[in-house]
Amino acid sequence: MVQASPKSQTKYDVIVVGSGAGGGMAAYQLAVAGLKVLVLEAGRSYDPVRETPMFKLPRQAPLLGAGTKHKPFGFYDATVDGGWEVPGEPYTNAPGTDFKWWRSRMLGGRTNHWGRISLRMGEYDFRPKSRDGLGADWPMTYDDLAPYYDRTEMLIGVYGGDDNLENTPASSPGVLMPPPAPRATELLTKKHAAPLGIPVIPAHLAIMTTRQDANTLPARLHPNNPLAQRVLAQSMRQRAACLWATPCGWGCSVKANFQSTTVLLPPALLTGNVDIVPDAMVREVTMDASGKATGVHYIDKTTRTDRQVTARVVVLAASACESARIMLNSKSALFPNGVANSSGLVGKYLMDTVGAGIGGQIPALENLPPHNQDGASGMHMYTPWWLYKEQLAGKLGFARGYHIEMGGGRTMPGPGIFGGLEEFTQGAYGKRFKEEARRYYGSFIRFDGRGEMIPNEDSYCEIDPNVVDQWGIPVLRFHWKWSEHETKQAAHMVKTFADMITSMGGKVSGTVETDGAKVIANGGQIIHEVGTCRMGTDSRTSVLNQYGQSWDVKNLFVTDGSVFVSNADKNPTLSILALAWRTCDHILGEMQRGNI
Amino acid sequence: MSDEQTPPMDRREALKVLAIAAASATIADGLTPAPASAQRAALPTLPAASAPIPPKSGPRGTVTDPDLLNAKATWPRLLSAAELVTLSALCDMIIPADEKSPGASAVGVPAYINEYVSAPYDWAERALVRVRGGLVWLDVESGRRFGKPFTGLSLAQRTTICDDLCYLPKAKPEHQVGAQFFDQIRDLTSSGFYTSDAGMKDLQYVGNVPLAKFNAPPPEVLKHLGLA
Repeated sequence: MVQASPKSQTKYDVIVVGSGAGGGMAAYQLAVAGLKVLVLEAGRSYDPVRETPMFKLPRQAPLLGAGTKHKPFGFYDATVDGGWEVPGEPYTNAPGTDFKWWRSRMLGGRTNHWGRISLRMGEYDFRPKSRDGLGADWPMTYDDLAPYYDRTEMLIGVYGGDDNLENTPASSPGVLMPPPAPRATELLTKKHAAPLGIPVIPAHLAIMTTRQDANTLPARLHPNNPLAQRVLAQSMRQRAACLWATPCGWGCSVKANFQSTTVLLPPALLTGNVDIVPDAMVREVTMDASGKATGVHYIDKTTRTDRQVTARVVVLAASACESARIMLNSKSALFPNGVANSSGLVGKYLMDTVGAGIGGQIPALENLPPHNQDGASGMHMYTPWWLYKEQLAGKLGFARGYHIEMGGGRTMPGPGIFGGLEEFTQGAYGKRFKEEARRYYGSFIRFDGRGEMIPNEDSYCEIDPNVVDQWGIPVLRFHWKWSEHETKQAAHMVKTFADMITSMGGKVSGTVETDGAKVIANGGQIIHEVGTCRMGTDSRTSVLNQYGQSWDVKNLFVTDGSVFVSNADKNPTLSILALAWRTCDHILGEMQRGNI
Repeated sequence: MSDEQTPPMDRREALKVLAIAAASATIADGLTPAPASAQRAALPTLPAASAPIPPKSGPRGTVTDPDLLNAKATWPRLLSAAELVTLSALCDMIIPADEKSPGASAVGVPAYINEYVSAPYDWAERALVRVRGGLVWLDVESGRRFGKPFTGLSLAQRTTICDDLCYLPKAKPEHQVGAQFFDQIRDLTSSGFYTSDAGMKDLQYVGNVPLAKFNAPPPEVLKHLGLA
């Protein structure tokens, strides 16, 4: 069905640029509604069913599967032609900036390797400025998006608990799949975090702990749409529940977790309404004299030639920075600063997630009776932000919160497994080394904070006028600055994690930095970049309306992370999916009303 | 509005076969024998893949798009046979055979270290210098103390040298270089050893097996942690 050049249709209703979370959702929703959709993907075609290295062992990979500059997350990571560097596709940094831009060049994009953490933004997250005066409010409320969160979670399969904590909303009853049993490390963390006032509750991950009910869910998600129900039921029947082994980041050949390539693109293709063209690097949105988008230009990477395709509607879902890049490179008489950029805000308010972490050794975990701790590969339990009241009262010195991710224990041995053992054993070697290894194996844990960054004027991307990539397309130049809200938050993270480790009777690895600027990850390193084409209520202060529709160009939409107004500590993918669905409903409505 | 096209049957049938083959291969390939305690589940039975999935494209075999199912470190190995003999002796001093598992060289650790220091990366160039230099340093030190290269020494003589190198913070100034070398070899040796089947078994790692259900930690674990 996928082909090197579009053939099955001669005319398209919609061009979708990108096939990841936002593009996959757009392709699926618009195709089941009967529209003819052309998906352009900058990377190669990819099939997780055939390509995922399920159950492979480190020893079967070069360098025991360790990460390299070519495969930063390890040899088996699903990412194709990606990482913080992509061959032949550079970007630049302004002096003083060291932004890292992660991309992958494959069907399904980054959904193939992501962490599957699926947290909803809460009521406060849509109204940050109203609450504390910083950043900007979204042009919608939690209640506007909540139904789409429910539907998205049912569509993709998400496990989680039913806790309903402050700004950590519960899903509607029956939406989530049951969370897996906590691991020993997580239970121990929960016990010792409680006296510190730190909650530990079931995490929400897009991993199926049971199979989806293909008999009832499709009708609930797509009432009165027989085509949608048929293709979705067929697709759901081809997904298995989690096998409790082999890392999600490698992809999943039994489709137990969410990847665009296993969950959205298969039913989209089943409609017969979708063509996907891989190796198609979009460079420009084309316009007519009336100010409507007419289609896009792309470079066919296999022949290095420029192609043009047309459609009634253009949806950009190329990732926050890539979509901004396409828009900024789409210059015309009407839009000398880039298409849909009358506000001058395309590329502005770039955000990532604040990240800092610390590990420790827990004597209580030594010599633990052997048992299987693999589980869902991601965390089963986590800590949502818990200090909203203290923060609002100004007691913390930084304005926004973070959640805590946890890992460690008896994971599969990999390279570097006993890298720090020398310190614990005063240089053991020989038979004593083996005894110490048996004792210490599984006793190391790690906490990572993932926190909200407030958008600022100094963090943005723009076109570097002096550099093009190997496809002749001008590249992005990044500018980046953390404010004290982020660096102080990072310092709070490591202090808190050290307290948690100490409270567990453990020993913190390394020193606990009090200067957050020394522990905060680089911009882009957490790979949650969002916010370059933000939504809003006013065309002067935002690029898009609340439906991801350009204020300037009525038939141009954006469905990726660039639409974000703020970047709550909730990992963005679930929200990208829910927002994309909402945008698709709006596109269909606008078409029916004859507006586009 | 819908114009439901189905893909050509031949491609669909081919993909069906591929999908089934891939699914069964995942379970048969690469699994260590499951410990008796592990409950291995049967693979889920899925309906034959009839959905059109992307056409065969597959990995292009480049460094950023390698074949994950048929992985190979293809670069030439740089350590000589003689260097590997000395290296093996040192690896076995770090992880010798005991009653529970074999020693480092028996599970191929020297070959892994050779792969590591020969890799086409900047860090490997530095590691190669340190390892090569360290091996010569070790023989020179052995000769200085006992008049023979390291491989010619008795276990007691080797131990005397390793005792001086094994803990970097306490190593004497004249042993710093040797201790840094020793530390790196120890890290690499434990990486190579504990990722082997024998090493994973030694640690009683019992995962990487498909399960029908993920169970809560067993009672003896909860008791051990004071959570019972």
